[in-house]
Amino acid sequence: MIRGSPLHEVLTRSAAARPGHPAVEEADGSAISYADLAVLSDRVRDRLLVLGVCRGDRVGVWVRKSIDSVAAIFGVLKSGAAYVPVDPSAPAARNASIFADCDVRVVLVEERFEAALRAELEPVVPVMVVLRGSGGGCGLRTALDAFDVAAIAPRGNTVRTSDDDLAYILYTSGSTGKPKGVMLTHENATSFLDWCTETFAPRSEDRFSAHAPFHFDLSILDLFLPVVHGATIVLIGEELGRDPSSLARLIARSQLSIWYSAPSILRLMVQSGALAEHDHRRLRIVLFAGEVFPIVHLRALKRFWPHPVYFNLYGPTETNVCTFYRVPDAIPEERLDPYPIGKVCSHLHDLVIDELGQPVEGNGEGELCIGGPGVMRGYWNDAALTEARFITAGFARWYRTGDLVARDECGDYVYRGRRDRMVKKRGYRVELGEIESCLSRHPEAREVAVVALPDDEVGLLVKAHIGTEAGKRLSVVRLKQFCAQSLPAYMIPDHFHFHALLPKTSTGKTDYQALAKLG
Amino acid sequence: MHDETSIAAEVKEFILQEFLPEEDPSELESATPLITAGILDSIATLKLVAFVEKRFGIAVEAHEASVEHLNTIADIARLVRAKLGNPA
Repeated sequence: MIRGSPLHEVLTRSAAARPGHPAVEEADGSAISYADLAVLSDRVRDRLLVLGVCRGDRVGVWVRKSIDSVAAIFGVLKSGAAYVPVDPSAPAARNASIFADCDVRVVLVEERFEAALRAELEPVVPVMVVLRGSGGGCGLRTALDAFDVAAIAPRGNTVRTSDDDLAYILYTSGSTGKPKGVMLTHENATSFLDWCTETFAPRSEDRFSAHAPFHFDLSILDLFLPVVHGATIVLIGEELGRDPSSLARLIARSQLSIWYSAPSILRLMVQSGALAEHDHRRLRIVLFAGEVFPIVHLRALKRFWPHPVYFNLYGPTETNVCTFYRVPDAIPEERLDPYPIGKVCSHLHDLVIDELGQPVEGNGEGELCIGGPGVMRGYWNDAALTEARFITAGFARWYRTGDLVARDECGDYVYRGRRDRMVKKRGYRVELGEIESCLSRHPEAREVAVVALPDDEVGLLVKAHIGTEAGKRLSVVRLKQFCAQSLPAYMIPDHFHFHALLPKTSTGKTDYQALAKLG
Repeated sequence: MHDETSIAAEVKEFILQEFLPEEDPSELESATPLITAGILDSIATLKLVAFVEKRFGIAVEAHEASVEHLNTIADIARLVRAKLGNPA
């Protein structure tokens, strides 16, 4: 049990128990031991304390996935602050708006992003710790050394935090066009990690993939569960993470034993990763989450990898994983439906409500609500939204997931869809409203509607319908570049359609159903 | 012999045909960002790599199939040209 202790204490414990064991490895083979990771993160803590970081502050991290960023994250936690990781490939305007929104005290940033970030943040620029580059911990060490030339940071103490202190804020797509900050506490993480330990029984010789980017909630398992068990994190960078044949090679070469990702990259590996050519027998657990895994692709994957145990994990960032389902060893040929999302995790409670907020009887369909120590504190700086997403029932506070579910004959939850306009693309949450809000700023767009349609090849296609003067076609190249100024690449629509007028319902609203039928 | 200009022209033609069927060709310039602007997603990038490998008889290494080497038509032409070796 680690619940009740600060999240970063897992590193202190493993550094004492297994000092020489590799804690983190990068794909190029560079590695850091538990003892060295503890020392490097202590140095980050000491520097942050000198820079004025106090318990309860936020510290931004805009550093590519690397030993450097892992050490930075632990250093931030030890300083008593919450870390705010951003997508390294997102536009500076988006990342700057996140840092400004949660009022970061310090930002750890790579040099190549610094100027653009500074320009976007002017005139209120927080202190920046600039890393020349990242990889192997070198960029971070050099940056800390440079500060030490002027004045050595005195050795400080890890700041005492409580269970309710924020550990990190993860920003997700917001329907109004502004990303929203999900506030998660030490206890949110530690209660989840205790559940992982109970369910997956990791071992110290395990080697975990860290495929998800750090601003994505899957990274909490990737980053902290191995450290709880003194196991090894194998970091998979953004570029490598998208390349199925290199990934298949890496899984074999790095002897990964536990894999966790969205289903889309697993599907790509089945299709073009030449899985048959590699020895992946060390893989013993495969976890997937973030979107539906179509059964035909899961079946194909299990043909290449028959030996591991598979789990379908479900949960929004606001709760992290809240239900789970163990996939049977053999998938019947006649099965066409995706597997259920399963039953609630042991550290949480579940409730299904109808449109009036009343509990649904029996196995009827309704909105899944989750309570317990894994549930976020709320949205940063947005009390109204926080209030709207929680209900109180039977003395408990419940987070409304917005996901519609029903129970099957075994009592497992089956995912039925969304209440609102959020979709998952390659595992990322995408609010279609955020894309609309971006496109509606385009000078030639008179009206905008964005729809998402299922697609056999890529899972989901996002299509933008734009009303222009006389339905004039605009350049797709220019439109995509326009979107790229404020949206990450996965949110840029795949297709654009142009109309003189968008179809309307009888009440004069955009008729999304008619647009979806256009295909 | 392929020079960068002729390679760029073929790559441009391929991208227009495959991924931008109704686009005005003049909008796609040699410096237009492809991956960071979402014109090429990961599947499209794999298709493009397969095309240049076959068309020019070269092998693109996994680490080269990245934003750094493939983000513009000019980058792609430069990579292909370098792989073909220097003309005598």
